[in-house]
Amino acid sequence: MAKKNKNDSMDSAPKVKLGTADYIIRGIGYVFISIFAILCILPFLIILASSFETEANIVAKGVTIWPREFTTRAYEMVFKGGTIWKSYGLTIIITVLGTVIGLFITSMMGYALQRKDFVLKNVLSFFVYFTSLFQAGLAPYYLLMTQTYHLDNSYLAILLPLLTSSWVIILMKNFVKSIPYEITESGKIDGAGDFMIFLKLILPMLTPALATVGLFLALGYWNEWYQDSLFLQQKEVVMLQYRLYKIVNEASSLKDSVAGQFVDYSDLPSESLKMATAMMTTGPIIFLYPFVQRYFIGGITVGAVKG
Amino acid sequence: MAGKKIQDAAVVREKRRLGKRLFQGRTLILMCLPAILFFIAFSYMPLPGIYVAFVKYNYRKGIFGSKFIGLQNFEFVAQSGQLWRLTKNTILFNLVFIILDNLVAVTTAILLKEIQSKAFRKVSQTMMFLPYFISQVLVGVLVFNILNSDTGFLNSVIKSLGGEPLSLYKNAGPWPVIITLVHLWQKTGYNSVVYFAAIMGIDQEVIEASLVDGANGWQKIRFIVLPSLRPTIVILLLFALGGIVKGDFGLFWNLVGRNPVLYEPVDIIEMFVYRSTISNFNFSTASAVGLYQSLIGFIMVLTVNGIVKKVEPDYSLF
Repeated sequence: MAKKNKNDSMDSAPKVKLGTADYIIRGIGYVFISIFAILCILPFLIILASSFETEANIVAKGVTIWPREFTTRAYEMVFKGGTIWKSYGLTIIITVLGTVIGLFITSMMGYALQRKDFVLKNVLSFFVYFTSLFQAGLAPYYLLMTQTYHLDNSYLAILLPLLTSSWVIILMKNFVKSIPYEITESGKIDGAGDFMIFLKLILPMLTPALATVGLFLALGYWNEWYQDSLFLQQKEVVMLQYRLYKIVNEASSLKDSVAGQFVDYSDLPSESLKMATAMMTTGPIIFLYPFVQRYFIGGITVGAVKG
Repeated sequence: MAGKKIQDAAVVREKRRLGKRLFQGRTLILMCLPAILFFIAFSYMPLPGIYVAFVKYNYRKGIFGSKFIGLQNFEFVAQSGQLWRLTKNTILFNLVFIILDNLVAVTTAILLKEIQSKAFRKVSQTMMFLPYFISQVLVGVLVFNILNSDTGFLNSVIKSLGGEPLSLYKNAGPWPVIITLVHLWQKTGYNSVVYFAAIMGIDQEVIEASLVDGANGWQKIRFIVLPSLRPTIVILLLFALGGIVKGDFGLFWNLVGRNPVLYEPVDIIEMFVYRSTISNFNFSTASAVGLYQSLIGFIMVLTVNGIVKKVEPDYSLF
């Protein structure tokens, strides 16, 4: 961060006369970045506005970026029955549990793997890395999860497989590398065990790394729909994004395909209900991400190449 | 005899030393244990199940009780032309993604650096980063809201301008372009972070010196910024090539996955495997295609790593 600020202040420093080419490039910069940035948030403005629009208006005139008639009916429908709160509860519990447990697993291994004096350093590094080199594929995984572990229709099928990954362990390892080995050594001299060194000396220094890795894990859990679609098809209460997935897919794929012409979709979920559900399932992310994005940026730059 | 004895003694000593070292490292090993168990349970345990690709899977008999049929599952998907179609689509999409991703990300990063107002830059960077944080399910919803023929935003705009509305969800033709644009929309904010960081890392004195020497903005980009980004670009391109047979399942599935009219022409390996597993319960075919994909992916990563080792040894993975 400090480095960035230094550079920023230097941007304006050169007392060199700018030529036409510079102004053109700068102009293109402002125009391109503005348009792209607006395009990035426009779809969100559309669902936000349309979620407050009346169903009749959407059907007759299409979605909008400003509600023509303001109504909260769609949100009332979303909350009706209260199962959305159960989905919220489930998503929050799994996200928190998974992130905390996952962070613990990831940071312990990340620390051990970069200890020069760890006897299994290379063996285990390969053991972890191999999982990203070669995978069994979906079918064997699906059969194992359902027929050997019997995790179908169990929330463990969401919680467990996302706890860690070779990518986050390598990311964590790269973060731990920046902590000087002398810290570990000083702990050893004081007679502390490896776990105590990790817990008391290393972990407190890892706060930014824990925030970064934790946020990657948490985002993965919050946006989870894939494992749900594999294993939780029979469950009534599902993760938020899979709930959205189900609501959307009951209607949309039929509606615009040829087959849809023969389907009576008067009782299918309404457009505004879809928008309101989309807002409810993603709202927390939209509100939170501006405050935590710097941790992601840190993670991307650390993990980009070796990951 | 004597020689063998000495050798034995050396082996024993070696073993003892290893045993001692393992004992010394016991706490660290224990600390790795949860992660080791995790990878065994979810990454290594599925490996024997690959055998299902070589059998005619029978639900009651299980994977290892089913009849072994050799490579017939592979022959079936290869002869029907499916394998070639899936491979071609997956690789073509990835090639386009890789080239455009990096082109757009580098351009965005360079232009972002040209923006002098810090507030403007911060706000626009934050806005561009938003699509990275949302689930692929929501991406599907957003795209549908914009493109569908009845209520879509695009058609509202077209109609208000007096044009003919498009029915994009009945016509597969434009979808390769749409998928590519959505992919760029979602990933550029993320991809440009690395390049932006690399540009920020360029020695400012070099840039200033060039400006003093009378370089204009374009020359500065052409002769200083781009050359210093070159290693990053090369490395990221190479690693992306390593994943060239891995498709972005979430994106494709949520945009076109359940609409046969749309997905047929853009079908990728992951979608086929997913459909075969979840919808058709055809585990043997799914696994055959999955194994084929894993093997090519494996060879690709090894090849790429070999190249990286030669070009930029510091960046090689192993």
